[in-house]
Amino acid sequence: MSIDLKTIKHISKLSRISVDEKKAEKLAGDLNSIFDFIEKLNELKTENVEPLTSVAETTLKLRPDEVKSKNIREQIVKNSPQDNEDYFVVPKVIE
Amino acid sequence: MSDITKQSLTELVKNIKDKKLSSTEVTKAFIERSEKSKELNAYITEDFTTALDKAKKFDQKPNLDLKLPGIPMAVKDLFCTKDVKTTAGSKILNNFVPTYESTVTDNIWREGAILLGKLNCDEFAMGSSNETSFFGNVQNPIDKDLVPGGSSGGSASAVAGQLTPITIGTDTGGSIRQPASFTGTVGLKPTYGSCSRYGIVAFASSLDQAGPMAQNVKDCALLQEVISTYDPKDSTSIDFKRNQNSKELTNNIKGKKIGIPKEYRVDGMPKEIEDLWQKGIQYVKDCGAETIDISLPHTSYALPTYYIVAPAEASSNLARYDGVKYGFRAKGENLIDMYEKTRSEGFGAEVQRRIMIGTYVLSSGYYDAYYLKAQKVRKLIKNDFDEAYKKVDAILTPSTPSSAFKIGEKTNDPVSMYLNDIFTVPVNLAGLPGISIPAGHDSKGYPLGLQIIGKAFDEQNILNIAFAMEEKINFKNKITDWWIK
Repeated sequence: MSIDLKTIKHISKLSRISVDEKKAEKLAGDLNSIFDFIEKLNELKTENVEPLTSVAETTLKLRPDEVKSKNIREQIVKNSPQDNEDYFVVPKVIE
Repeated sequence: MSDITKQSLTELVKNIKDKKLSSTEVTKAFIERSEKSKELNAYITEDFTTALDKAKKFDQKPNLDLKLPGIPMAVKDLFCTKDVKTTAGSKILNNFVPTYESTVTDNIWREGAILLGKLNCDEFAMGSSNETSFFGNVQNPIDKDLVPGGSSGGSASAVAGQLTPITIGTDTGGSIRQPASFTGTVGLKPTYGSCSRYGIVAFASSLDQAGPMAQNVKDCALLQEVISTYDPKDSTSIDFKRNQNSKELTNNIKGKKIGIPKEYRVDGMPKEIEDLWQKGIQYVKDCGAETIDISLPHTSYALPTYYIVAPAEASSNLARYDGVKYGFRAKGENLIDMYEKTRSEGFGAEVQRRIMIGTYVLSSGYYDAYYLKAQKVRKLIKNDFDEAYKKVDAILTPSTPSSAFKIGEKTNDPVSMYLNDIFTVPVNLAGLPGISIPAGHDSKGYPLGLQIIGKAFDEQNILNIAFAMEEKINFKNKITDWWIK
């Protein structure tokens, strides 16, 4: 299996990570060697195996739907790169 | 004074309780040694002034009933600490100051411990050598230019170098046990669901667990009983009857059945590791336990499975770093451009690689072939352990396929770096507890570890086996303080 530059560009778009030509080539090399290693899983027949989604054999607990964190607006925006005290500020989206 | 940092956690707790030492004296000693140990680069953030204030305050009205009375402690920089910068070793969180505390660290401070600072780690805990950290390499106190392992490399280096009496790390695929093995220290990865994940910077949520890293098994048991609590804030935290690990610790393991899995004898494994394993088998027999040959047939599929499951979960978890709500933001021409540049400039190469792998295996057309396949193989790996535990109480393996390597030796070959975790990854995939204890040295004098894997929620049993073996092994770490001028 081979991951080409077109695929790298596609994944980088899905990942929201900008990638230039040089980086794309390096990534293609790395990903191909990693996927060669992953291909080993195809040796196994798994048609009748149930997928394991969680090792914690527990059902999610129910809790009352109550507001527990009140008046924490200041805390929420405290670490934002840009805000106007009430909102996060981002580059203009709608012209 | 100079001997304070040589004491184990258990000794320090006793000396503080017996009023032979004050918290201020102990805290000062560790700060002084940390100040002299900058070359190790174990800390990302130091919080020494506040630590000393807290120690003085503790001494004014000491509560000696606590389990960690006035004990200074540095922690991995993956745990959110209220009002103290938390970076996860990443540029993207370089300026992040949490407004809340992780449950695990909260448990520690409640028992009287004092934060010394935040310890270096691989970026988002993705690495096996601490070389992916934005804040630089960490030196292994064992030898100059040797990696301390990873991802909890700063934690391992700080404990081995006696910059902190004990610490906590996190372990997603071996990030506690592998660095413990590389530095001659003890590291426990608890059962999945034993310690709360609330407030820990997420990497792969179905695998991540916090755990203690210590100089000896007793210290490790004491910290484990402090950090393991049921927490409603983590939906996968499990409510079970927890042991008082340090009080219940015993070296009596007579009649215990220890499994020796033949699949851990991998191709190309150095003879030193095989010899160490054989010695380990002899030690447990000397302790009165019985060893039984077992098979974990899907072992060789664990690492490929891990490198689908962990990146998939990481790509989803790390989607939150978009430059909007917190962390680093790059300038962009529009919103999408800002996202893409922020993530490209904010994440390091290894993190980007894993996000890309994860995105690919979850993307349309590839989900069944990779992600679903990996989840099915994960089930087979867990079944192997379930089957083995019908016959044995615990499993003994080497912790790593080699001793610590030099900085830069494996950075250009991701797959050879990943192979470091070959013996530790299956334990995370099955959600089991595992402990690494130092068990010998290789020909270069570098430490080597043995791993004991337990049944789910059976931390006490593997701690007991480790405790009994520790007595027989009588390991002495060879540390020359080469970095102190």
